[in-house]
Amino acid sequence: MLIGWFDRVVLHTAARSLEVFPSVIAVDQKGLRTTNMKHYEVEILDAKTKEKLCFLDKVEPNATIGEIKSMFHRTHPQWYPARQSIRLDPKGKSLKDEDVLQHLPVGTTATFYFRDLGAQISWVTVFLTEYTGPLVIYLLFYFRVPFIYAPKYDFTTSKHWVVHLACMCHSFHYVKRLLETLFVHRFSHGTMPLRNIFKNCTYYWGFAAWMAYYINHPLYTPPIYGEQQIRLALILFLFCQIGNFSIHIALRNLRPPGSKTRKIPYPTKNPFTWIFLLVSCPNYTYELGSWLGFTLMTQCLPVAFFTLVGFIQMTVWAKGKHRSYLKEFRDYPPLRSPILPFVL
Amino acid sequence: MSAAAQGTSKATHGDVASKKKKGPGALATAYLVIYNVVMTAGWLVIAVGLVRAYLARGSYHGLYYSIEKPLKFFQTGALLEILHCAVGIVPSSVVLTGFQVLSRVFLTWAVTHSVREVQSEDSVLLFVTAWTVTEIIRYSFYTFSLLNHLPYLIKWARYTFFILLYPMGVTGELLTIYAALPYVQKTGLYSVTLPNKYNFSFDYYTFLILVMISYIPLFPQLYFHMLRQRKKVLGRTEDYSKVE
Repeated sequence: MLIGWFDRVVLHTAARSLEVFPSVIAVDQKGLRTTNMKHYEVEILDAKTKEKLCFLDKVEPNATIGEIKSMFHRTHPQWYPARQSIRLDPKGKSLKDEDVLQHLPVGTTATFYFRDLGAQISWVTVFLTEYTGPLVIYLLFYFRVPFIYAPKYDFTTSKHWVVHLACMCHSFHYVKRLLETLFVHRFSHGTMPLRNIFKNCTYYWGFAAWMAYYINHPLYTPPIYGEQQIRLALILFLFCQIGNFSIHIALRNLRPPGSKTRKIPYPTKNPFTWIFLLVSCPNYTYELGSWLGFTLMTQCLPVAFFTLVGFIQMTVWAKGKHRSYLKEFRDYPPLRSPILPFVL
Repeated sequence: MSAAAQGTSKATHGDVASKKKKGPGALATAYLVIYNVVMTAGWLVIAVGLVRAYLARGSYHGLYYSIEKPLKFFQTGALLEILHCAVGIVPSSVVLTGFQVLSRVFLTWAVTHSVREVQSEDSVLLFVTAWTVTEIIRYSFYTFSLLNHLPYLIKWARYTFFILLYPMGVTGELLTIYAALPYVQKTGLYSVTLPNKYNFSFDYYTFLILVMISYIPLFPQLYFHMLRQRKKVLGRTEDYSKVE
């Protein structure tokens, strides 16, 4: 007899009173009222085949999409939540993990459509991999590891001091990026499609090898205007590296840890952030400046190509970011351009 | 490479275009009809030129010279098709169309025109013939499609001839590039060496070898894509035989 006769009386009475008086207040684990709460039924269909994949009953109205994804994952273990796209319409936009069931335009039987986003990989992993490559690869060329240049040059060093400077700048740039990935950036999305890592690494590693080959080549020709050109280039490079870092810190401080809030970035006390007055994505502006500096420093056509391709990609991203700022915030400062003040 | 696949994407997008609410406007359609008629005529001129030259000389050898100018003109003119996609009057991918037209233009100018010694090769005749027959069918296919009167014969030809013409064209192209290699290496054509003030180098010989290697993954993909399209398009017999 684990419970005494008195407890059984109490329990029995309580149970009966719930039947007779259903308005007795009941509360769930979150401390939210669950009395008289209509539980939802959720069915999840495949967006393409409309096949019924999952049926969940007794889902609480305050359940989030994230929780529903976890439940779906339990019935289909191969689809972990990060690779689920849940939407109201087969061709519609993905719902956010934070969306609450009862605030969505659905009846008590909610129908969602599922699309498999494919294998996912975390942003942090991708960034670390794609940035470590150039760091290491450039050094292989700098130290003239065998099988790259003619054997008589193996493990020799360049006689031009700009080549040593370039190596320091390139390495500094990627170390900075790695540290920022680990300690500064706050990512909106946890993951991206797995195939991106192959695409991204090919880009970064390929270009790094191509640039490094020529800069560290035994037949490398230093800049035409010599020390003047290199000094100017170095100043530009360092200025933009500090600028880029300042923007990353400013953006980090907009967002409390672990959150995904989005706010309009504004200039801070740091003069390097005053560029926010004119530009939506100054991190890209400074990045362009850094690589222009590096191009000027090395006077190397492949570096110019890399700068150009990077600029095109960053412009696409900046325009997209600018557009979403304008859509989300009605009071967005009108003077700002996406990436280049007044121009682009 | 052969533009057969390029046309395929247009045909499938033709399916999409008829399902979409808007397609090219009346003016754009008129322009496209004229463009496709002119291109059909141009490639017919090349075809006739080849036949006449063969009958006159009595041999397959060196027929390139008799159609060199119209070939360059009309193949280069196909660059407009990239513009058509970019502007939106043709619902095809700019990237896909661009890639296919540029590869043709590359072979015409950067290989055949630039390396004189390969112009008398028989491999040139092989790809020129493949291109000629393909393009005549492809451009007439578009013309009729735009006018909403596509004879089944043309549709059938467009989706069947490629089975032979595509490998034929690819063989001709690869053999021609291969024939050009020794001359490119000897003369250093289009190549830049170190040292120079831009710290850049380019070896056209290696580049051509890489181009040849790229056929290995690309050709099967395009070929099987065309075969799948064939099944899809010709598979439906009782469907609307007009515009897809």
